[in-house]
Amino acid sequence: MSTILLIEQLLNGLQFGVMLFLMAAGLTLIFGVMGLINLAHGSLYMVGAFAAAGVAGWTGSFALALVASLAAAAMFGALIELTVIRRLYKRDHLDQVLATFALILIFSEGTRWTFGSFPLFLNIPDMLSGTVMLPGGIEYSLYRLTIIGIGLAVAAGLFLLISKTRVGMRIRAGENDREMISALGVDISVLYTLVFALGAALAGLSGALVGAIQSVEVGMGEPVLILAFVVIVIGGIGSIKGALAGAILVGVTDTMGRTLLPVIFGSFMDPSAATSVGSALASMLIYILMAGVLVFKPTGLFGQA
Amino acid sequence: MLRETHVNALILLALLAVPLGALVLDQPFIITLATKVTILALAGVGLNLALGQGGLVSFGHAIFFGLGGYSMGILASHAQSFTPLMEVPFVIPGTNLMPVIWIVAIAVSCLAALVVGVLSLRTSGVYFIMVTLAFGQMFYYFAISWPAYGGEDGLSIYVRNQFPGLNTLVPIQFFGLCFAVLCAVLFLVSRLNNSAFGLALTGAHYSPVRAMSVGIEVTRLRLVAFVISGGITGLAGALFADLNRFVSPTMFSWHTSGEIIIFIILGGVARLCGPIAGAAAYIILEQYLGGFSEYWQIYLGLILLFVVLFAQGGLIGSLSKREIVRG
Repeated sequence: MSTILLIEQLLNGLQFGVMLFLMAAGLTLIFGVMGLINLAHGSLYMVGAFAAAGVAGWTGSFALALVASLAAAAMFGALIELTVIRRLYKRDHLDQVLATFALILIFSEGTRWTFGSFPLFLNIPDMLSGTVMLPGGIEYSLYRLTIIGIGLAVAAGLFLLISKTRVGMRIRAGENDREMISALGVDISVLYTLVFALGAALAGLSGALVGAIQSVEVGMGEPVLILAFVVIVIGGIGSIKGALAGAILVGVTDTMGRTLLPVIFGSFMDPSAATSVGSALASMLIYILMAGVLVFKPTGLFGQA
Repeated sequence: MLRETHVNALILLALLAVPLGALVLDQPFIITLATKVTILALAGVGLNLALGQGGLVSFGHAIFFGLGGYSMGILASHAQSFTPLMEVPFVIPGTNLMPVIWIVAIAVSCLAALVVGVLSLRTSGVYFIMVTLAFGQMFYYFAISWPAYGGEDGLSIYVRNQFPGLNTLVPIQFFGLCFAVLCAVLFLVSRLNNSAFGLALTGAHYSPVRAMSVGIEVTRLRLVAFVISGGITGLAGALFADLNRFVSPTMFSWHTSGEIIIFIILGGVARLCGPIAGAAAYIILEQYLGGFSEYWQIYLGLILLFVVLFAQGGLIGSLSKREIVRG
């Protein structure tokens, strides 16, 4: 196995991790501020991807498609927050899980109804297609590199938003003591809708960006949602920093595992058995990683007890 | 309003009466549907012990349902092809005897529940939900990527497994068998709920600190409940595989976990016969709405949303008078 391939896979893992971060950041923010577990977050990812594919097919502009994905996901996010989610903040987690599971059914079937069962395709814009030469003679897809850039920029923006702005101050205050900040005259329900819509928009953006690499189809959100849960469990609930660290750890482990494990097993087994054992084990690797973190630090790497 | 025990008796009688009526009217499809309700209810009864009684919201019970299913699938496929399951260090043959398959299914599920439980019970609340969900997904992907037993395509068993003294291919006989298993498990679970163990489990659900201060080892108690719960759901998985004569990774999918929770919610959390009412309501909805629209899950979602937001206590809660305590 060559170094170039290894670095390429490392970058792929980083790109995957950055995408997971966009999902996990919203989930962890919503949990941290409102104490809500939102299974429908994967549906908002799907909404973003479909909105992007629809607008790109109609206008041909990828930039407009990204804007549409942000807007559509934020709009649907605000809509379900206002109609359903806000009734759930005071309920126990079981009710939250069930109600948001019901939302998944409604979103998935609603999307199938509107767009049909066939996957849609979102093309990578011409400007970003092709490869670039990285230092060290590695050719790498420009689009994937752009995704990494966008993801890291969003992470930095989110960090600035939360630590430096007035809205961010209120979000942090809401995490600590929601009675107190509403007593101080902050309209907490507007803040909640805002945080939920922000999380939804990030999920939508992530769906649109990934939609150009994979196909856009109903049910695309759920596997990513569960991976985002793994990220949050590893990073610690409520921590954006934890979400970033966990996402990159999961992304890199998963991608490298799928490349390396069959090779490692191949060094002492016959090739066909090595491929099947290696790929079966690779599909379990991140869950084993999660189990390991749980054994040593049940609250996650950056979580508080 | 009725007492809950009377409601329970009525539910069991109805579950028995419907297939018998269908037998008289020669409607084998209805008998198969009733069998499906019975088996899914059994899976729900298993989860209800952990979720209702113990307050452990497991979103990974599909693990045990799937393991039960694959126990049946693997044993029966070896019996079907007359190849031993393993030869070293000693020969284990396949089998098509239900009692043996059930014991294996329960043992495998209990073992998996022990491992998953030890890891997941280090966390609680929303972490527990996410962790069980994640472990469920791990089993799902493993079942898909492991090629030996059908991988993504699953495994077909051509003849239903046998039970001494019965012809399991006759729908009403297979229904009777499943119904008897369900009644036996219900009896055990009701005894368990009223035992010192069950009371301690309920106590640890509503006030873990108090339970701990009277000397109850909460984590160990929950682990035992989780293991028993997993074993029951595993048994249901083996029966479900026999009903369909087919196992596939879908049994491990998180939708399966979600559906088992839905049976409990529709019927009423921590009600003994809640999962039966819930599973029956779910299957009736599926049949009725499925004939009405291709997109029936939208209506299922809306109904579920309504039940969660406005009708706490489920079907049994609205029929009987015991107030449900919510933590």
